[in-house]
Amino acid sequence: MKKYKADVVVIGAGAGGLAAAIEVKKANLDVLIIERDKELGGITLQCIHNGFGLKEFEEELTGPEYAQKFINQVIDLKIPYLLDSMVIEITKEKRVYAVNKIDGLIEVEAKAIILAMGCRERTRGAINIPGFRPAGIYTAGQAQRFVNIEGYLPGNSYVILGSGDIGMIMARRLTWEGGEVKAVVEIQPYVSGLLRNQVQCLEDYDIPLITNFTVTKIHGRERVQGVTISKVDRNFDRIIGSDKFIECDTLLLSVGLIPENELTLQAGAKLSKNGGPIVDENLETMIEGIFACGNVLQVHDLVDMVSNEAKRAGKNTVEYINSRYGKELRKRDIIKCVPGENVNYIKPDIINKQNISEEIVFTFRVMYPERRVLVQFRDENNAIIYKKKKIYVIPSEMIELNLNLKEANINPDCKSITIEVIPRPEVLIEED
Amino acid sequence: MIYDVIIIGGGVTGCCIARTLSKFDLNIALLEKEADIASGTTKANSGVVHAGFASPREYLKRDMCIKGNKMYTQAVEELNFSFQRIGSFVVALEDNQIKKLEEQRIQGMQDGVPGLEVILDKKKIKHMEPNITDEVVGVLHAPTAGIVSPYGMTYALAENAAMNGVKFFRNQKVRRIKHQNYIFTIRTKEKEFKANNVINAAGVYGSKISKMVGLDYFNIMPRKGEYILFDRNAMNLNKILFPTPTKISKGILVCPTVSGNTFVGPNAQNIDDKKDISTTEAGLKEILEGGKKLVPNLPVRASIRNFAGLRAVPDSYDFIIDNTDVYGFINVVGILSPGLTSCYAIAERVVEYLELLGVNTNIKKDYNPIRKKPEKFKDFSKEVLDKKIKEDPAWGRIICRCETIPEKEILNAIHSQVGATTIDGIKFRCRPCMGRCQGGFCRPRLIEILSRELKILYEEVVKMGEDSNYLVAKTKEIVLHKLGRGIEE
Repeated sequence: MKKYKADVVVIGAGAGGLAAAIEVKKANLDVLIIERDKELGGITLQCIHNGFGLKEFEEELTGPEYAQKFINQVIDLKIPYLLDSMVIEITKEKRVYAVNKIDGLIEVEAKAIILAMGCRERTRGAINIPGFRPAGIYTAGQAQRFVNIEGYLPGNSYVILGSGDIGMIMARRLTWEGGEVKAVVEIQPYVSGLLRNQVQCLEDYDIPLITNFTVTKIHGRERVQGVTISKVDRNFDRIIGSDKFIECDTLLLSVGLIPENELTLQAGAKLSKNGGPIVDENLETMIEGIFACGNVLQVHDLVDMVSNEAKRAGKNTVEYINSRYGKELRKRDIIKCVPGENVNYIKPDIINKQNISEEIVFTFRVMYPERRVLVQFRDENNAIIYKKKKIYVIPSEMIELNLNLKEANINPDCKSITIEVIPRPEVLIEED
Repeated sequence: MIYDVIIIGGGVTGCCIARTLSKFDLNIALLEKEADIASGTTKANSGVVHAGFASPREYLKRDMCIKGNKMYTQAVEELNFSFQRIGSFVVALEDNQIKKLEEQRIQGMQDGVPGLEVILDKKKIKHMEPNITDEVVGVLHAPTAGIVSPYGMTYALAENAAMNGVKFFRNQKVRRIKHQNYIFTIRTKEKEFKANNVINAAGVYGSKISKMVGLDYFNIMPRKGEYILFDRNAMNLNKILFPTPTKISKGILVCPTVSGNTFVGPNAQNIDDKKDISTTEAGLKEILEGGKKLVPNLPVRASIRNFAGLRAVPDSYDFIIDNTDVYGFINVVGILSPGLTSCYAIAERVVEYLELLGVNTNIKKDYNPIRKKPEKFKDFSKEVLDKKIKEDPAWGRIICRCETIPEKEILNAIHSQVGATTIDGIKFRCRPCMGRCQGGFCRPRLIEILSRELKILYEEVVKMGEDSNYLVAKTKEIVLHKLGRGIEE
């Protein structure tokens, strides 16, 4: 067994893990990155389209270019990393076990762990599409890997279910490769990815977008021969008589991403409704010294936001090691953050009361689009802590708010705050 | 070369017969029409080893089931497949159903089904199975019922049979059978096989094969059953849960698998097309509703797969195990539920028939009944794991994240006896693509490994049959082809 010691172990070398590790190293702490793939960079490596880095570097980069900027820093800072290495166990005592072909079993003893394992795609089984089970059904990200990394095409003619960003990007990518994208089918009345992708990937290539429809049957015993799509009502139930058959040899699914938290659960940390671990304002899970950032915590819109969150996790981990590590476990006095009307989830899930005088970053998503809304924080006694008008909210755009609760005059005895996005009352409109 | 016995059909019935016969000094071949064994009914059924009280007394399948259940104990010891005798509950939701359970208990006990007990104490029932509905009024507990991986057991049977000399031929759809001078000549697409005795274990195609030798005395109808499989750890069931049966079927059950998943299903739909293994919107709804009657908090959101299989239902509703009028041709057809439970007893019956036909049933000296348990990463302690990776680095490269499966297990699946030649073959042998990501991450790696090991192109790697390729061309090829044509025009 090969043994390592480090102040901090970062699990995952994608956009999140790299940024977090760099932040820790800059504070002169020992950090070790463990990555399951054979290169640093994570999923950004297969995202060869542009649009990355506008926030982080103020220039437009491809996924691999974006990753390389971080990889260069990792190399310059001489941060050690293990590739092709799979973490198989994390313990509460911050021991990490991994395996790879060269070292065999690896044991790392650390003071803190940063979880940055990213997310995975929802599958056909998760949404229970009826029909046959032939070859030719792929998640959009898997197709992206086949095309951009392996250099192979998964089909000739495509239907894409779901208008997530990867799905729309693959619609364009496969069109460039001579594929025929028959339609992008979306169950919601609106596109679930970013507007810029709708314009640049679908509209610019005349790829039909069919909203309020879903795939209700997959045809073809060995290889996909087509799909039946059907219109759905408000409850997403199929409207009888609305079936249409589309011939195609490939069905791509872009129907959502799920944080990948098997290791998190194994370490004993609990998850919240969004599938990411429950964290406080430091991005620390309920296990002291285990932090989470990036898509393993919550699925982000842009990689820039992942890097940003990871830097925060890195800084907070440094702070933990320098001030709290090795000391008695703190007694938590907390405020719970509860998602209210039209709020799908909110991070952080809890706030430590001793930190309410600092600025806290809140991130959350709405459940459905709405115009002219009020974002409102209120405590359990319905005292309004914060409110802000927004012209438009949509599930595909994460909302980020920086808020100092003390300055917002939160009641010191407050136990929970509810975050809600409500239609603006008439009175308020007059006040505009 | 004339085989002593040729078995047509590589499902659990055919493979169990092959393995049972492999102890004798005989030349045996098994022909399977699909790219792999265990591809039909065996691949998609409940995986329940029944206690044996459920079928009516006048049926052969009742005897076979009770006998077959007991034979699992020895089979597991020899073949090392996953099998757990977790016991089953037949669940009564209304007082008037208790009478039926009591009747089944008494008849079952009389016929030698051990340990049957009707439990009416709700607290005790809930203690034994906390997930069961509050509506329960009583259960019939059968402690000898168990769960098995039907395809896992079939691979074990085939491996052991092959070890003992049985020849397996896949992709061999039988086109016609000639019977002349007591010798059967079997034609497939590209091969010809000769045998003195033929065993028809062709599942839903059993009547088609039988008709090839002029035996047209039964029909096999496909009856579809749909299932939904839930993620591991989404629910931990202790027992197999059946509703109280109706005249038509055993009903929709909720059941754990040996891999720690839970499933709900099957429904029962009579269909015409023997290739129709599609699931339907109505069917999936039906099984969820059925399952919720037994387990109201079914983890619907944790579903990872839906699938359907076909039962081979004969017009008699009973097994047809016949030494037929065509000398040397044995029908083993209509093996519907509880066929999986009964397979060892069925194979014994076939041995008796072969003895009647004068086939030599002396046990050969070098017969080895033991098939070793496949080594699994998950079963290793940390120390053993470290040693294993040092010995063979393929143990240290994890291919499937969800199920923690290293490259070594995949290589073993490919290079074992009757090994995998398709992605589904790998999946069903060692479980990559069976976890929650359903191959999203590992499928590209599996294609790479299978292409390398079988020395075939990426585009030639298939899911299950020859038309089920995953990839169609290299990037740029299609565009260049289209451009090239454009220039010509």
